[in-house]
Amino acid sequence: MKNSVEVKNISFSYGKTEILNDLSLDIKEGEFMVLLGPSGCGKTTLLNCIAGLLDLSDGQIWIEDDNVTWKEPKDRHIGMVFQSYALYPSMTVEKNLSFGLRMMGTAKKIIDDKIEKASNLLQINELLKRKPSQLSGGQRQRVAIGRALVRDAKVFLFDEPLSNLDAKLRAELRYEIKKLHRDLSNTMIYVTHDQIEAMTLADRISVMKDGLIQQLDTPKQIYNKPANLFVAGFIGSPSMNFLKVKFDKSNQYLLIGKKQINISKYENINNLIDDQEVVFGIRPENIKIEKNENSILCNVELVEPMGADTLVWTSIEGTPISIRLEGSSNYNLNDEINISFDINKSSIFDSKSEERI
Amino acid sequence: MKAIPSGRRPKHLTIGRIGMYCFILVCAIFFLMPLYVMVITSLKDMDEIRAANILNLPKELSFYSWPKAWSTACTGFVCEGLKPGFFNSIKITVPSVIVSVGLSAINGYALAFWRFRGAYFFFGLCMFGAFIPYQVMVYPLLKIEDALGIYSTLPGIILVHTIFGMPILTLIFRNFYASLPIDLFKAARIDGGNFIKIFFYVIIPMSAPITIVAVILQVTGIWNDFLLGLVFAGRDNQPMTVQLNNIVQVDYGVAEYNVDMSATILTSLVPLFVYFISGRWFVRGIAAGAIKG
Repeated sequence: MKNSVEVKNISFSYGKTEILNDLSLDIKEGEFMVLLGPSGCGKTTLLNCIAGLLDLSDGQIWIEDDNVTWKEPKDRHIGMVFQSYALYPSMTVEKNLSFGLRMMGTAKKIIDDKIEKASNLLQINELLKRKPSQLSGGQRQRVAIGRALVRDAKVFLFDEPLSNLDAKLRAELRYEIKKLHRDLSNTMIYVTHDQIEAMTLADRISVMKDGLIQQLDTPKQIYNKPANLFVAGFIGSPSMNFLKVKFDKSNQYLLIGKKQINISKYENINNLIDDQEVVFGIRPENIKIEKNENSILCNVELVEPMGADTLVWTSIEGTPISIRLEGSSNYNLNDEINISFDINKSSIFDSKSEERI
Repeated sequence: MKAIPSGRRPKHLTIGRIGMYCFILVCAIFFLMPLYVMVITSLKDMDEIRAANILNLPKELSFYSWPKAWSTACTGFVCEGLKPGFFNSIKITVPSVIVSVGLSAINGYALAFWRFRGAYFFFGLCMFGAFIPYQVMVYPLLKIEDALGIYSTLPGIILVHTIFGMPILTLIFRNFYASLPIDLFKAARIDGGNFIKIFFYVIIPMSAPITIVAVILQVTGIWNDFLLGLVFAGRDNQPMTVQLNNIVQVDYGVAEYNVDMSATILTSLVPLFVYFISGRWFVRGIAAGAIKG
């Protein structure tokens, strides 16, 4: 499949602070790409560079086989949706939607057609005559999406569009954005720090930190096979449990204090060296409470019922461990439990390089 | 019996509150006293003024000083009153305000949104310019205008007012625009706006509060100006303030205090009027922070 957006070795710096350094990223046509990372990781900067709102200090940006590096934002065939909605406060919804088209000198009839189409799609027909100040947050963001829609953009850019909304609306609009992508199948680039949004929306996620892409893969791969310690810790809520351990090659054990974890089933066990210091990572849902030859005995220290799930907290040699169980399970403080790990779904990272083994 | 606290809390007149009202009253009297003296003096005839009861109300109302101040009082060698000065002041103020506010809005917009190379240096220069006492620049400016051939002309004085107004107005506009959400500007750029289009379609419609502040500052500043009008306007374009001075500073004959007072009130009517109708807007404009879309 051909690429829709190609980011080629770009660098960007504010004064002397380097935000992006030699970053490359290819986005396929029709792909929903999510840029995910903590604040300050450069994801919004990257999006602004693609939009042409920031000038690169090095590198190139291509959109649909067109080198747009030096082009103005308006000539890049993009639509953008902002966290703060950025609706023009003095214009009605209708004028907001048509502003871009009017600037291009599009005929009135075509503008009306496009507005009708977009407002039907987003269910904002009723709001066309209102001013942005008379809309709720969710309605404003719909209008903002509509504004990007009417421009027939080749690429849609979303800059944390749902972060200002409350949890319920966020889930609602997330669903609608996904539906929109299904129906329009445009290329979309979506910046967020919310991993749920990233997991649910993305075809591929690019996890970023300090201006570098840590891992670029499908949500499934990123969740199940995180490339390094940062990705493993950032993705997933409640987050992955980490144990600092040592490898005992002869027994194929990981040692933590006097406790042992049998990892003979781990896929890349041959890459481990005897006595190597590693970090053992296991997601809360991949721990079972059952007694077998490899299980470890511990005490329940805290129980967090969350409705659908129950989170049980315990610890191994002082390191807290969370276990995700069914909502109906019933454990009390100080109960003795035997826990065993699903080694196939665990991750092992080198302590020094923090890379997955 | 004590009332059970329920519903709206009753308001009590405390000593502090009474003291505050007294203070406000004293302040009001203090600032209104000169206006009171001016108004009643302008309504007395000269005999009564010579009786020197400055605070007494006039025994007999006499209005003759007002038309005299407006149309027949002598300003130097001509005796046409303040009327020509009034129209001169309008001819000076209106274009100066429009040009300086318009240009400053564009400047502020460029400084706030289009971070061109050296924008900060330019901004610093503006700050500096806003605080230089303008007497320093009067002579060099006079020479420049003389060389340009517009010294002592209407365009000459308009240019001077525009130049002196721009640093502070640019600052005001820049700070206002810097408080607007930058995303609006980004959205407008993606929507196809260029420098001019974004300014006219997006920025100007949001500028009402700050424009009102700027216009008030400029109208009152230019209307009240004396020095620049005296130096740069030339004999034919003397603003009202300069003519007022000529009426009041008589070298011969009798000082007609009632005419002086009428003339002074007439001259200050425009700024007074501007403050009265726009005071509310002024406060609102000053307080206007980010406008959330």
